Amino acid sequence: MAEIPHLLVHNRKDNVGVVVVENLAANTDMLCCITEDNSTFRLTSKLDVPIGHKIALLDLKSGETAIKYGEDIGKIVTDVAKGDHVHTHNCKTKRW
Amino acid sequence: MSLGYAGRKITGYRRENGRVGVRNHVLILPLDDISNAACEAVANNIKGTIAIPHAYGRLQFGEDLELHFRTIIGTGSNPNIAACVVIGIEPSWTQRVVDGIAATGKPVEGFSIEQNGDLKTIMNASRSAKEMVHHATEIQREECDISELWISTKCGESDTTTGLGANPTVGNMYDKLLPLGITGCFGETSEITGAEHICRRRAVNEELGERWYRMWKAYQDEVIFAYQTDDLSDSQPTKGNIAGGLTTIEEKALGNLEKIGRTSMYKEILGPAETPNLGEGLYFMDSSSAAAECVTIMAAGGFVIHTFPTGQGNVIGHPIVPVIKITANPRTIRTMCEHIDVDVSGILRNEMTIDQAGDVLIEMICRTANGRNTAAETLGHREFSMTKLYRSA
Repeated sequence: MAEIPHLLVHNRKDNVGVVVVENLAANTDMLCCITEDNSTFRLTSKLDVPIGHKIALLDLKSGETAIKYGEDIGKIVTDVAKGDHVHTHNCKTKRW
Repeated sequence: MSLGYAGRKITGYRRENGRVGVRNHVLILPLDDISNAACEAVANNIKGTIAIPHAYGRLQFGEDLELHFRTIIGTGSNPNIAACVVIGIEPSWTQRVVDGIAATGKPVEGFSIEQNGDLKTIMNASRSAKEMVHHATEIQREECDISELWISTKCGESDTTTGLGANPTVGNMYDKLLPLGITGCFGETSEITGAEHICRRRAVNEELGERWYRMWKAYQDEVIFAYQTDDLSDSQPTKGNIAGGLTTIEEKALGNLEKIGRTSMYKEILGPAETPNLGEGLYFMDSSSAAAECVTIMAAGGFVIHTFPTGQGNVIGHPIVPVIKITANPRTIRTMCEHIDVDVSGILRNEMTIDQAGDVLIEMICRTANGRNTAAETLGHREFSMTKLYRSA
């Protein structure tokens, strides 16, 4: 059977992906799959990240926009390194 | 390659007004909160009936009262109901509900408690309910076309797997079945916030998209900004959403809209609990995003099967509409599989495509229509929650 992906990315424009396995540990050499075209790449996780949570696909600076589904999902509020966990501690809505 | 579903048959209950139901309940329906006890007593007396106690119905007025009537009458009128007993505290509003349900042609009878007391009311209503059970249990299922189904959707306890797997599965189902002539419904006005620009474009024409946008904006201005005490970070996303990895309302909304697939467009906006009157196709219902409230008003609108994608594991059901629960989250499958009817976690492992998942859901819809009880039905989930627009007098 083919290797199971660790991280799924909706759209080629996205700068975050979603962990889709349980118990993902730091320093895992992750198989990442872009669901839009089924293309794959590899990325190393920097932290233990729970299933369903996001990981930065590249270094993101405070003030940059987080992109998922090819769309704006909020602003990065503290610098995030490639492979780091992206969630409410470093990403906020732009609405309120 | 997806299967063609044109001409696919299911078995259902053909009602007097031509609509197709997939359940055959005899409903004991309280008009108001103080008639719950009598309804529950009747349902206890007469086997094969179901009572749906609820919290409201007194001292409501204006649009809020109209919504209450629409919800009660719509629930009794749903094709999943074979016959209905209505009990209210006084005769005039009780009769209004009876008349509303009678328009479908199904057997319905009303009883009022004032000047009778609970015991006499329960006796009279029980005799009526008993006759209705005899009637209902002789109705046979007959062959119906899949296109005659009215299928609604709303997701809950969403997480990022909902947007990756369970919601696109529902979207794929709609993309396949709407062209065949089913009637569909999505809603959750508040949870479109963050993807309103996309939802506006999914209307069949610009004028409708503009009307949709004005409705959404009015909700923002009249409800959210009028009543907010802080920012909405504590309720949208919810604690469960955040635990599941959703960070912002935008991310949640983009995942939410995956439920209407790639090609489906909505043809009209329904007010809460309104019944579509423009024929087959997809409708947007202006609704709360709270699961039980939303499913309740969609059922009152006449939808007979509800598809409910969940991430972290919402356990909702409804008293008379089978709620099919779908998840792509393997942890939820592992920890609470008794609540899940359709497991599409294979999408996350690249073992299943969205197209295949849509086919699996359609098969489950057919089996459910044909009589398979859902997880929520077997576990006794009968959530029935009225939507309230403002406080009672």
